[in-house]
Amino acid sequence: MPTFYGKDIASRLMLGTAQYPSPAILADAFRQSQAGIATVSVRREAGGEQAGQDFWQLIQDLGVAVLPNTAGCHSVREAVTTAQMARELFDTNWIKLEVIGHADTLQPDPFGLVEAAAQLSEDGFEVFPYCTEDLVLCEKLVEVGCRVLMPWGAPIGTGLGLNNIYGLRTLRAHFPDIPLVVDAGLGVPSQAAHAIELGYDAVLLNTAVAKAGDPVAMAKGFALAVEAGALAAAADPMEPRDMAAPSTPVLGKAFL
Amino acid sequence: MSGPFTILGGGVCGLAVATELVARGAKVSIYDPNGAPGEHACSWWAGGMLAPDCEGVLTEPDVVTQGRAAADWWAGKGATLTRAGTLVVALGRDQSELKTFARRAPAATWLDRAGIAEVEPHLAEHFAKALFIEGEAHLDPRATLEHLHSALAAKGVTYCDAPQGQIIDCRGLAARDVLPDLRGVKGEMLVVRCPDVSLSRPVRLLHPRFPLYIVPRSDHVFMLGATQLESGERQRATLRSVSELMNAAYALHPAFGEAELLEIGVDARPAFPDNQPRLRQLDDRICANGLFRHGFLLAPSLARMTADLVLDGHAPEIWYEDHRTGGSTCA
Repeated sequence: MPTFYGKDIASRLMLGTAQYPSPAILADAFRQSQAGIATVSVRREAGGEQAGQDFWQLIQDLGVAVLPNTAGCHSVREAVTTAQMARELFDTNWIKLEVIGHADTLQPDPFGLVEAAAQLSEDGFEVFPYCTEDLVLCEKLVEVGCRVLMPWGAPIGTGLGLNNIYGLRTLRAHFPDIPLVVDAGLGVPSQAAHAIELGYDAVLLNTAVAKAGDPVAMAKGFALAVEAGALAAAADPMEPRDMAAPSTPVLGKAFL
Repeated sequence: MSGPFTILGGGVCGLAVATELVARGAKVSIYDPNGAPGEHACSWWAGGMLAPDCEGVLTEPDVVTQGRAAADWWAGKGATLTRAGTLVVALGRDQSELKTFARRAPAATWLDRAGIAEVEPHLAEHFAKALFIEGEAHLDPRATLEHLHSALAAKGVTYCDAPQGQIIDCRGLAARDVLPDLRGVKGEMLVVRCPDVSLSRPVRLLHPRFPLYIVPRSDHVFMLGATQLESGERQRATLRSVSELMNAAYALHPAFGEAELLEIGVDARPAFPDNQPRLRQLDDRICANGLFRHGFLLAPSLARMTADLVLDGHAPEIWYEDHRTGGSTCA
């Protein structure tokens, strides 16, 4: 099971808290997902002093670790301010850092991300950067203090799965000791299983569960998938090969 | 039991309950320090869509079943409503949203450009595909609240200075003092006038992040709604929300770019954790609350259930909870 900044988490699933049909369904989905971490958007849910209290209470009642995020921030300054707000509101140094560089694809802005990660790490934050699978970007993020990397599988909300398996594998090979999380782009459980099979420590998703017709059933599907992926990763999977290899020995077959 | 009853709160819930009780011969008065319907009531800011099948995409089957009876109830009480269905569209790159919607709203039928031209000619140029849900209706919330208010006054229902008799609490979010699990869900909306656009029915623009609906009122006035934020804040429309609504309207039809901005409205909808209403019996009152974004859609059902309970002792099969000391709770 993953360890993020010294904290052991008993699940390979991290689940977002936005866009569910109702708080009751959100709570049920969390129970079924067995997620160990809930991500919470600071900007939208906690407007005024008292305003977001009910929602915050609901998140606390989930009994999981809270990872506030800077969703929707398009500049370094915005992201840093939001992170500082999050630290006050949620009483944690953890921050999922999003600096969006492109409004249509919601692609991370790699330059702003490194700059914001540097400032926040300096300021005592434990940064979970939402990044692309670019190796050089990830190296810079580690250089400025990130001890978790969260590359996207595909753009946020697309459900396209793992778009660049080669890139994700490269990151795993390059950062054996940094916890890696596939963040964003997952649509169905098989894609989550695949990420864990690649040796990733966890997956983070939101839309795939929240926007499913039955979010609670989909949450359970993802729980089973990450468990399956983890079993497979630990079981030393066979290498794929080009030619068929009979599973029943040919030699010694009885002549009939 | 036939009263007298005091109804706390003169929003859509309170007025619908009062109307139903009076229609069944009960003696009713209303207690609301704010008096006649106005912007203090959450329902003042509502869209006024009676769209059970569209809502069914995002909500529980009970809401659909109960909501289907709403249009007839309102018509029966003399409210003016239009039964012209709902049109659902999505921009080019969000077509997958339309497919999902079609799958989850079995009542929806596909329209091509020619079909759209027949129902909403102004949109045919911009959309090649749409979903049409026949039979859904819409009304003007403010005119409807004022209609209920004057119809009740005509039947001798008055606003009282202090509650008396049996209390039916329909105060919406203000009833949090007796309903600890009630929360607010903030909504922001716009009212615009746009002479260059004509629509005959509510139009929903599906979008993964900023779903929008536009409800036509009379005289080229349109209500654009509505954001949905987990917050009990009842004021302070943010620039972000307003610009999202405006952008969505502009994407629906470029002529909305020239619309005159008449109003920016903000309030918070009262909701229980599952976003479904409740008829909850407490020791000193009965609470009808939690209509969420379904004030005009579900107030008729909740009003009928309330009347069945207080007049006939008949507890409804859904949405009813007995929280009296020593009472049994049923979901």
